[in-house]
Amino acid sequence: MRIKADTEVCIGAGMCVFTAGDVFDQDEDEGTVVVLLPEPPPDRHAAVRRAVQVCPSGALSISENA
Amino acid sequence: MTNAMHEPVTFPVTREHPLDPPQDFTRWREDAPLRPMLFADGHVGWLATGYAASRAVLADPRFSNDVQVTHPPIPQRIRQQTLAKFPGFFLREDPPEHTRFRRLLTGQFTVRRMRLLEPRIEKITSDRLDAMEREGSPVDLVQSFALPIPSLVICELLGVPYSDHDRFQRDSSALLNLDNSIERAREAMESLLDYVRGLVARKREEPGDDLISGLIATGKLTDVEITGASVLMLVAGHETTANMLALGTYTLLRNPAQLAALRADPSLAEPAVEELLRYLTIVHLGPVRTATEDVEIEGRTIRAGQSVTVSLSAANRDPGRFGDPDSLDITRQATGHLAFGHGIHQCLGQQLARIEMRIGYPALLGRFPGLRLATPGEEVAMRSNMAIYGVHRLPVAW
Repeated sequence: MRIKADTEVCIGAGMCVFTAGDVFDQDEDEGTVVVLLPEPPPDRHAAVRRAVQVCPSGALSISENA
Repeated sequence: MTNAMHEPVTFPVTREHPLDPPQDFTRWREDAPLRPMLFADGHVGWLATGYAASRAVLADPRFSNDVQVTHPPIPQRIRQQTLAKFPGFFLREDPPEHTRFRRLLTGQFTVRRMRLLEPRIEKITSDRLDAMEREGSPVDLVQSFALPIPSLVICELLGVPYSDHDRFQRDSSALLNLDNSIERAREAMESLLDYVRGLVARKREEPGDDLISGLIATGKLTDVEITGASVLMLVAGHETTANMLALGTYTLLRNPAQLAALRADPSLAEPAVEELLRYLTIVHLGPVRTATEDVEIEGRTIRAGQSVTVSLSAANRDPGRFGDPDSLDITRQATGHLAFGHGIHQCLGQQLARIEMRIGYPALLGRFPGLRLATPGEEVAMRSNMAIYGVHRLPVAW
């Protein structure tokens, strides 16, 4: 699994950090998404999928075959 | 499509049960989660009651939230709308204006920054509980606990002296009361703008360590814009969390098994907050978006210029998204609910609100193990006439 994040689209709601705080963080100044683990370990995949699903701006996507 | 193109419905406001959305929603959602609706000004637009349809509308950039193009779902909202257009009120603007404001503010509301506020929120909360104890049983939980906590927190964050809270609390409340005359609401808004305008001018002379001073320091906004944005945050930070704290407590007291579960296991505070947000959905009369071009959603075509009222309450009770949606279950995974909205306007203060509740409910229940309603539950007056749902007063004893 590989995570892609579009900081242009991101609105800094923080739902990814709220859902999977070990995988995502937010930029100090703009609050936009920072991906800590672009290729998260399998035991975090479910949480990452939830984070992608709850992202309000559609800034996150995943490709499964990476 | 079978029977779904019936006569346009009007937005229902009468609740058969105080904690459930109007029953019409359930029937309509089963029939057509997006259906024609007659707006208060005669406009024929749409009503979204399904979770998927609601999310689709709120996430789609082809919908505008500009106050000048949206129609009011219920008559009182006409007043709200005439008030919502002034510089800095970025909630009711579209990109790129909205983006400009949101970008300057999101860094101030990150999950990490909000967590840094936890010790301060814990102190504010325990101070209020001390005050309740001194006051003695019974008290009105709204005045003694639910309103002061978010009020103190948003004042500190923005750098607004809490000693002035009587004034802006009154104005904020007048603004959100849908029964008020347009003159009264306009007066309240002018009063709020006047107050904050003075504050911004003072902070330009003597900056402090607060959000308004921080916005001034960016050099990217005019004082008029900072004033508007600050009024928005002050009002939004006030009655929202206050009503969740009071109505949430009322709900727990009326669901003793859920209350006992939360008391027994404080680690349930986080899912309990999400579930109460979903179950209660206090933003209960909108939001509204208007299509800027023809948009197809769930097989229906929304024409350019048509408004859609999204019922967040109905969407959060959609059985297609949440099993047994009309039951309160604080152990369920309710994250993904739409209580804070969805899309680019999703609540800026949501992480702050979560922390205030995650600290507030367990602290209240922990301090007063015998907490109970001081009047019969059916006699508690609900805020049906307010833009934010809740209870007007909540007499509690212990």
